[in-house]
Amino acid sequence: MAEIVLGPVAGGEVITSQEGAMSAIVSLHHVSKEFPRQGRSGPAAVLAVDDVSLEVERGSVLGIVGYSGAGKSTLVRLINGLERSTGGSILVKGQDVTHLSERELRKVRAGIGMIFQQFNLLKSRTVYGNVAYPLKVAGWKKEDIKPRVAQLLDFVGIADKGDRYPRRLSGGQQQRVGIARALANNPDILLADEATSALDPETTNEVLKLLRRVNQEFGTTIIVITHEMHVVREICDAVVMMDKGRVVESGETYSVFKQPRAESTRRFVATAVHSRPSRETLDRLATAHPGRLVTVAISETAPTPVVAEIFARLGIHSGVVFGGVTEIQHRILGSLTYELNGDAGAVDAALAQLALLTAIEEHATSSPPVHSATESVLASSGGAS
Amino acid sequence: MTDWETLLPVLGESFQQTVFMVSVTVLVSGLAGLILGVTLYATRPGNLFANQTLFVVFNFIVNIIRPIPFIIFITAIAPLTLILMGTTIGTTAAILPMALMAGVVIGRVVEQNLVASDPGVVEAARAVGDSRLHILAAVVVPEALAPLILGYTFMLIAIVDMSAMAGYIGGGGLGNFAIMYGYQQFNWEVTLVTVVIIIVMVQALQLAGNALAQRILRR
Ligand SMILES: Nc1ncnc2c1ncn2[C@@H]1O[C@H](COP(=O)(O)OP(=O)(O)OP(=O)(O)O)[C@@H](O)[C@H]1O
Ligand SMILES: [Mg+2]
Repeated sequence: MAEIVLGPVAGGEVITSQEGAMSAIVSLHHVSKEFPRQGRSGPAAVLAVDDVSLEVERGSVLGIVGYSGAGKSTLVRLINGLERSTGGSILVKGQDVTHLSERELRKVRAGIGMIFQQFNLLKSRTVYGNVAYPLKVAGWKKEDIKPRVAQLLDFVGIADKGDRYPRRLSGGQQQRVGIARALANNPDILLADEATSALDPETTNEVLKLLRRVNQEFGTTIIVITHEMHVVREICDAVVMMDKGRVVESGETYSVFKQPRAESTRRFVATAVHSRPSRETLDRLATAHPGRLVTVAISETAPTPVVAEIFARLGIHSGVVFGGVTEIQHRILGSLTYELNGDAGAVDAALAQLALLTAIEEHATSSPPVHSATESVLASSGGAS
Repeated sequence: MTDWETLLPVLGESFQQTVFMVSVTVLVSGLAGLILGVTLYATRPGNLFANQTLFVVFNFIVNIIRPIPFIIFITAIAPLTLILMGTTIGTTAAILPMALMAGVVIGRVVEQNLVASDPGVVEAARAVGDSRLHILAAVVVPEALAPLILGYTFMLIAIVDMSAMAGYIGGGGLGNFAIMYGYQQFNWEVTLVTVVIIIVMVQALQLAGNALAQRILRR
């Protein structure tokens, strides 16, 4: 698995290991982008990207998440020079792209594929024509273009649609054409701006699967903009959370999902992992279940069998009343709320043991004793194994 | 009774003059208008060759010329016509004001169709590494082809209309014929025949344009 080194950096120095610095394919250093005020009466200037520093590891899949207007598209467009930065430096494969001429930028762009939410296919050209277009631009010979296009269409699974016009294709098929076009020149970077946001859930998963294949088979580094945490969970090795032009959180996907620090990240994660009961749900659970209610964070350090084992060993009768467990980057993550019945001392002992492994939270029951709405027993999950 | 025997050859010649005036005007103004329209589109703020000054200048020129009634425009630029064409009457002289006015209007029509096109496609073309000039020629214009054909059909008909007006001040062609042998001789029959010919011409052009645009739209 690719090692991920990224994140906002402190004190102006990019913190990476020697290896990290060498394997970063894109690195942004204090980058900003200000859109100037339009005319004298136009809207005020916008600082769309504000002092962003991050590194993208070669061969990794990075997710950029944030609310509308956070500056995600602008940030990504700075990487292939569709937009010019107003500060900082942007290294793409070791080359600073911030001061390149339009002509030089075109060469950089040819080595970076891009796909879009609305697919942006040429409606006046067939599927074949769309995929052949970047090859023609790159100066491929006519006899080489044909087999290359066939190969690409085959890879994305629409080998039989070459002479169709985009209008005659479904959204999922159109995005496949978009991906084939983006891959035509064998780019080592692929930028995906909300590439699945216009697709239904099933088609989204198909396209994500395709992107993962692109990453695995060609080693293409992929930067995915999305507002769906589901997308991050499915394909991203690392994730960057943007808010008002700034990076507010970044890290390996698993750890961000496990312990989101920024408030906005927490809300995003909750949309993908809704396994923690809300206050209202808790109230209903407390009425329905007389036993003690405890929410246990499930992770690699505390997988379900281990939790079950602890309860069983102490003779506690446990039942899951709420929650869910999922896989992120092939690692287990979730949260389960148990109803526990048994000797009070045994339950206390079990909770104490669990608290060494993971975060647990005991909820008030409808029967006394009730001290507060929620009585928490929190422990860090970084403990023993 | 109308003396068709003498009039028919004149009508034939007038028809040819109209075809000539319209063809030359369409060719010249069609190309000039395309360049003007693409320039207006491309220099708009935010577009491929965004250039405030150029855009304002071209936009101003179009806005000045376009609202002038054509019949007045012909007389207003008569001095220019005299310098450039050596005369202010006849078919050749009529072509200059026609081409100028039509070029300006086509420029606006082209611009409006291009502005309405999807900016995402231009973005995709840039992302692929294509040059801006090539994007204009190979992406922007072809993507708007169907509405452009309809716009050009509309302009073709407007140019037939202009040619008739040019006839009024001695430009020749069907307009001139209808005035000289119809209106001025109180011969309603001649006027009617000319009108029918013009209607048939315009209908044929419109049908051809629609069919072509439909073919492109259907794919
Ligand atoms: N060309 C532009 N001119 C002026 N302001 C712009 C331009 N492009 C983007 N902005 C502004 O920059 C900010 C960031 O926009 P951006 O499109 O990068 O956000 P985003 O995170 O991609 O949002 P979304 O999720 O809606 O796509 C917004 O306030 C937007 O209005
Ligand atoms: Mg965006």
